[in-house]
Amino acid sequence: MLSAILVMILLGVVLGAILGYASIKFKVKGNPLVEKVGAVLPQTQCGQCGYAGCGPYAEAVAKGEAAPNLCVPGGDAVAKNLADLLGVEFQPVGGSEGAGPKPKQVAFIDENNCIGCTACIKACPVDAIVGASKLMHTVLPDRCTGCELCVPACPVDCISMVPLEESIANWKWRYPVIEIKKAA
Amino acid sequence: MKTLHKFHGGVHPPEHKAESNGLPIAAAPLPRRLVVPLRQHIGAPARAVVKVGDRVLKGQMIGAADGFISAAVHAPTSGIVSAVDLHAVPHPSALPDLCITIEADGEERWIEHQPLDYLAAGRDAVRARLRDFGVVGLGGAVFPTSVKLDPCALKIGTLVLNGAECEPWITSDDRLMRERAAEIVEGIKIMTHLVQPEQVLIGIENNKPEAVAAMRTACRDTGFQVMAVPTQYPGGGEKQLIQVLTGKEVPSGGRPANIGVLCANTGTAYTVHRAVNHGEPVISRVVTVTGNVEKPQNFEVLIGTPIGEVVQLAGGAKTGTSHYILGGPMMGFDLNNLATPLAKAVNCVIAASPALFPPKPAAVPCIRCGQCAQVCPCSLQPMELFWFSQSRNFDKARGYNLFDCIECGCCSYVCPSHIPLVSYYRFAKSEIAAQEREKRAAEQAKARFEFKQLREEREKAEKAARFAEKAAAAKATAGAEGEDPAAAAKKAAIQAAVERAKAKKAEAAAQAAGQCDVTPMAAVETPAESLSPCPLPPTGEGDLEPLRDGSLNPTESP
Amino acid sequence: MSSPHVLTPGSSVSRIMLTVLAALLPAIAAYVYFFGPAILISLTLASITALAAEAAVLRLRDFPVKYFLFDGSALLTAWLLALSIPPLAPWWLIVVGTAFAIVVAKHLYGGLGNNLFNPAMAGFAVLMISFPSFMTHWPTPLTLAQHTVGLGDALQVYFSGGLPGARLDAVTMATPLDTLKTQLSLQHTMDEVKRMPIFGTFGGKGTETVATMYLLGGLFLLRKRIITWHTPVSFLVALIAISAFFNSVDASRYATPLFHLFTGGALLGAFFIATDYVTAPVTPRGKLIFGAGVGVLEYLIRVFGGYPDGIAFSVLIMNAAVPLIDAYTQPRVYGHNTGATP
Repeated sequence: MLSAILVMILLGVVLGAILGYASIKFKVKGNPLVEKVGAVLPQTQCGQCGYAGCGPYAEAVAKGEAAPNLCVPGGDAVAKNLADLLGVEFQPVGGSEGAGPKPKQVAFIDENNCIGCTACIKACPVDAIVGASKLMHTVLPDRCTGCELCVPACPVDCISMVPLEESIANWKWRYPVIEIKKAA
Repeated sequence: MKTLHKFHGGVHPPEHKAESNGLPIAAAPLPRRLVVPLRQHIGAPARAVVKVGDRVLKGQMIGAADGFISAAVHAPTSGIVSAVDLHAVPHPSALPDLCITIEADGEERWIEHQPLDYLAAGRDAVRARLRDFGVVGLGGAVFPTSVKLDPCALKIGTLVLNGAECEPWITSDDRLMRERAAEIVEGIKIMTHLVQPEQVLIGIENNKPEAVAAMRTACRDTGFQVMAVPTQYPGGGEKQLIQVLTGKEVPSGGRPANIGVLCANTGTAYTVHRAVNHGEPVISRVVTVTGNVEKPQNFEVLIGTPIGEVVQLAGGAKTGTSHYILGGPMMGFDLNNLATPLAKAVNCVIAASPALFPPKPAAVPCIRCGQCAQVCPCSLQPMELFWFSQSRNFDKARGYNLFDCIECGCCSYVCPSHIPLVSYYRFAKSEIAAQEREKRAAEQAKARFEFKQLREEREKAEKAARFAEKAAAAKATAGAEGEDPAAAAKKAAIQAAVERAKAKKAEAAAQAAGQCDVTPMAAVETPAESLSPCPLPPTGEGDLEPLRDGSLNPTESP
Repeated sequence: MSSPHVLTPGSSVSRIMLTVLAALLPAIAAYVYFFGPAILISLTLASITALAAEAAVLRLRDFPVKYFLFDGSALLTAWLLALSIPPLAPWWLIVVGTAFAIVVAKHLYGGLGNNLFNPAMAGFAVLMISFPSFMTHWPTPLTLAQHTVGLGDALQVYFSGGLPGARLDAVTMATPLDTLKTQLSLQHTMDEVKRMPIFGTFGGKGTETVATMYLLGGLFLLRKRIITWHTPVSFLVALIAISAFFNSVDASRYATPLFHLFTGGALLGAFFIATDYVTAPVTPRGKLIFGAGVGVLEYLIRVFGGYPDGIAFSVLIMNAAVPLIDAYTQPRVYGHNTGATP
């Protein structure tokens, strides 16, 4: 009887010590969830979620203030990843299933109509538009995230979104199609 | 004699070399039109330096190397540039790419070309020549040779020349070594001058005794060792040949230079010789035309020749030809368009027929027989890679060293379930690469976004400071009230500009819809007009400050 | 179509399965020679059941029945099970076992290529646990039997449960392994037991020849490169080693390695069961570990355990460890751990 109690106490002490040590040793600093959420987001900074960029949205999601299915450019894939990350049930973006990630697109400035007002430069969250006052502006396609924020900013409607076409540089091998069921 | 080592696995597909290796390399006639792709090498595509209508000479640079890992492309003959646009190119995607089309004038007028005394010229000058003369690895990877022969700080102990040509059907290197061994050796001498190796090993599979003999004769008194290596696919893979000849393994994710080895194709050595000792850029290559054609043979063909015409050189395809394969049967890809031009990487054109290349049976589930692992030259576990690739479990696939796969095709070749294993690996690799690209882009976007926010805040603070200063000054002088006249003028000017632009746009749209005789020049004029009379007053230091909602910040008025 | 554009001519899953079936034929012939044609009835019943069950499940799973039915995998499972359980048993025994093997052990785990446990051995284990009494009556070698059991008699045993005029016990008996175990537990010494007529030169009478045929079939598979040497060699070496150890400790209570090799399912297991692609490791080192594990467990179960032979349970236990074994025995990949750094 006594020995059993002693054994249990000893066990408790030892395990407690291990747990205590582990909590110090593996202490997590800061809120890593914000960074993890940020890593899942496409960082287009488009603000379509209602937050001023991906960073604020990531913070809101991590705090549980925002739903994880508000990212429009990321589509259901991002929503699903976020739901997995937070351990909540997946809800499709926009309420209905099948909102795939938007096709990649970049802004294009019709230089014939650009009046050089710099409104789009101000609107671009990632400094992807270059130009100066009274001079023609142009979009750096490598930097453009396709967020569309510059489109409404243009007073003369000379910005359009152009889908990125597949080229040899960004071409991907397709998933091999082997229809086992069709085999016979 | 050095001892040879073995690599793991490998297969012995039927060789089919005898069909095309009996006849000498024949020169191909000049085609009427040549289409030269600007992307014929790994790295950045060449930048076009000619425009439509330009007259070019044979050997003239038409695309300049752009960036460090890049190489130039040249006019294969003299003529007139008729197009610089997208055209079908030899690529598994079958997507078009930027090409320069030249209408041959039939005169074959060369540029002035002179040899380079490579012993007298500096090494950098030799490398610059290789780069500007479009010399790239002709073994298949088309890596710019100028970059490869620049080992930087790494000491190269062994230069390996790859004449193994392990792919079935292909005999272009075989014929080249038989017929132009002395010139290949001259090229090797230039390479040894550049990297100063302790030994030079030339690996040739022992199913090419004539090539081995020719190379041995040519290498007499050079100290270069010609090694007949066992015939076993993929013995001509860079990593495998290095392992067979030196016993060393190229570290994962590294280059042969990491273990003091450089490996180059014998065909590349030949082009190095032509470029340096003759001043001739790479404008042609030897290509095997074989399979279901009338007279299989090797031809020296100008880069840019349509592959349909290349097939005609061998008497044309026989009846029953179902499709064409570029490269060998183990790693080559289907050709979708016979107008596709020949590029530097294309060493073989195979006319395929159902008799020679039976259609693949439908795949059945993997039974984990392990035959793929037994033949994998990289000692990978192909069935695990397949499992994780097909389920899109890319992290796991990476964990099983997906990126060490050389896509040689041995696993698919032996798979009793007929699973297109390599296709799954390619899919997984390109998906992972795309994800990485996107992740990098997202990180950069985030960084730029954060920087922009930082800058805006700083500017706001500066503005506030300036405003406070001005307000204090205004109070002191008891300035005028009401709206600043300058600001009002600015506003009006912007309004006018907006209206003008709108009108122009509407006009242009109406023109485009109604009449077809509108010249493009009219449209081009528009921006100049809309910009030049813009009466925005100079705004001093706020010059770059964008406008918001058409109104101006009062602090900006002078 | 992506590269490679050529495949090994004639290589296919069904060809592999048919080769393995062919490798079993000599042993079946020896079986018939020594024990009469009853085994053929077992094989037929098992084959029909397996094909019927396979067809039914494939249909339910919406797979092309014709394409998969004759890949030989179901047939192989059926044959291995039929060869593992006693002939001259009620017909439903083999039918239940085979149906369980195909439906539960194979298809409920995902079908061809996905099953964790060897279907034939899973079927065997179910029968062994559910109907132990039927699993211990084996046909007496013809040379020892009072009656010769012809095909007609055998059919009668299968479908009516007995023989007119002769009790079933007259033509069946325990296996040599079982006999040895029973007799040793009755405090008889090894020498006394071995003098019983059921024992042959180095194994059981008749069974030793069948076992030899399994060995020959296995060598044929090795030569055809259907299997690699790793599993059978490590299995047999482990079995020999552990039996030699106990034999050297007390030869009067523990049989010789040779006896263990040629009785029970040792050689069938080594070459045909432990080498099953789907349920065994794929890495060479993994195969060595797996084979050795099966060999040791087989010995421990048949000598110290409650069952006459241990091949099924030892294989099933090791099957469960296969994912772990594979994960920890990955071969060194080209360019890894060579000391050179990129």
